[in-house]
Amino acid sequence: MSEMQDYHSSLSDPSSRKFETFSYLQELDPGQIRRQVEYIVRRGWNPAVEHTEPENAFDHYWYMWKLPLFGEADVDRILAEAEACHKAHPNHHVRLIGYDNYKQSQGTAMVIYRGPTV
Amino acid sequence: MAKTYNAGVKEYRETYWMPDYTPKESDFLACFKVVPQAGVPREEAAAAVAAESSTGTWTTVWTDLLTDLDYYKGRAYAIEDVPGDDEAFYAFIAYPLDLFEEGSVVNVLTSLVGNVFGFKAVRSLRLEDVRIPVAFVVTCGGPPNGIQVERDKMNKYGRALLGCTIKPKLGLSAKNYGRAVYECLRGGLDFTKDDENVNSQPFMRWRQRFEFVAEAIHKAEAETGERKGHYLNVTAPTPEAMYERAEFAKELGMPIIMHDYLTAGFTANTGLANWCRRNGMLLHIHRAMHAVIDRNPRHGIHFRVLAKMLRLSGGDHLHSGTVVGKLEGDRAATLGWIDLMRERYVKEDRSRGIFFDQDWAYMPGLLPVASGGIHVWHMPALVSIFGDDSVLQFGGGTLGHPWGNAAGAAANRVALEACTQARNEGRELEKEGKEILTDAAKASPELKMAMETWKEIKFEFDTVDKLDVAHR
Repeated sequence: MSEMQDYHSSLSDPSSRKFETFSYLQELDPGQIRRQVEYIVRRGWNPAVEHTEPENAFDHYWYMWKLPLFGEADVDRILAEAEACHKAHPNHHVRLIGYDNYKQSQGTAMVIYRGPTV
Repeated sequence: MAKTYNAGVKEYRETYWMPDYTPKESDFLACFKVVPQAGVPREEAAAAVAAESSTGTWTTVWTDLLTDLDYYKGRAYAIEDVPGDDEAFYAFIAYPLDLFEEGSVVNVLTSLVGNVFGFKAVRSLRLEDVRIPVAFVVTCGGPPNGIQVERDKMNKYGRALLGCTIKPKLGLSAKNYGRAVYECLRGGLDFTKDDENVNSQPFMRWRQRFEFVAEAIHKAEAETGERKGHYLNVTAPTPEAMYERAEFAKELGMPIIMHDYLTAGFTANTGLANWCRRNGMLLHIHRAMHAVIDRNPRHGIHFRVLAKMLRLSGGDHLHSGTVVGKLEGDRAATLGWIDLMRERYVKEDRSRGIFFDQDWAYMPGLLPVASGGIHVWHMPALVSIFGDDSVLQFGGGTLGHPWGNAAGAAANRVALEACTQARNEGRELEKEGKEILTDAAKASPELKMAMETWKEIKFEFDTVDKLDVAHR
């Protein structure tokens, strides 16, 4: 048994802020992001890219990057849009969404570029 | 031609056994497992069950002739062997829709599982399944919100939700209880939960519990930037007290409340579900007492029926068993009733214990809750069995972490996300689970510790209520 460890998290420490799915894992690397995009395409979901200032991350509505990429199955094109969004807003969180139009909900959503938390 | 009145006792099968009857789309169908008394033929026993659960009584009465009993009667239309049980048989019975008040699960149960269960002609009786006609489904309120609305409100996508029941289940003061809630939520859980018997006892009255829990939620949300909830149990001695508690939860801005639907009863549950729908509140349902009703393979009501009744009565979550934890639950049968909670249309599938096609029309689905004796090592199997549309609830598996609740919560959250990520990448969770968790633990000392703590715990008892399968 190792030493008891304190759990680091506080209101004053911005790194305590999370952003839902996969935010308790280490930041996804490019290969891992690609495999999640492949999953969204395989499920037949519509990919979409959104971004926000980190201080507004709790809001339901983030800024849409263009429109969802309806019917887009080209993984490179989807990744290029996410990257373009990140380049245009380097200090924002950028999340990737897979819209499931049959369930009328998001099949998945994950932050793939993390801005500096506040 | 009009009938004439003949007083006396008739054999049930003369009236209620109709092997040539083709059930109508609008009929309520039921499958009973019947063990008749010695010497009673199957057809007679099946007809007796049909009679006693619908229009019949033990003798002919003159007022029978003032109505069209042939229309209103329940009809035993088929009999089948029960695989693996030579004494029992399945009786299939069709009931006309008019026998049940619209929107009343109570009325349905009072007929189908009422007096008939004490009837002398049968030695034992179990309601195995029902087919609810769409015409009845649409008269019921159903889940107040449903899975998609809950995901949207709570902002949880692409993974199962994570919860924890606060322990010890009884005895904590409200303030200490709120502490336990806060620690779980700041560590990464989405929900914490009152246990089923946490109501308003002398050591912790409901109002103080609600207030401290509300503070815990608000602080954990500010700290983590994620949406959180705690199932505030509003189960109470009277409906008036139940609504008072629900109203206070709403005043505090809480997203979800909870109810024990079997001990409190279906009238209370349906009323509370309607309140939740009107007030935009999520409703978590606990099934305490279900095992009394559903565990004996020859007596009572199968859980799949209790689950269907709850979907009609209303609830957004329902405990479903875990398959892998400390509580009873056969895997195939569990997958069957999970589908009955979540899907729009479920096909008959005897290999999963489903006797009828069930069309839920536009009624929303609810989230199955896997809870009871589960810990991080079960995570790969749980994600594989339950998928994303579920709540995985680790009580001891969160609170029992050597470093406390927050660390236990973080361990479970990391494990859930690692398994979800791996599944999305096409990896086989139940084969590669150990490797996936071990990799994730490299970046999470909390998960590493949890894996060391619970690696030896297994629950490998045989299931008592199994699916009926041939024995010869």
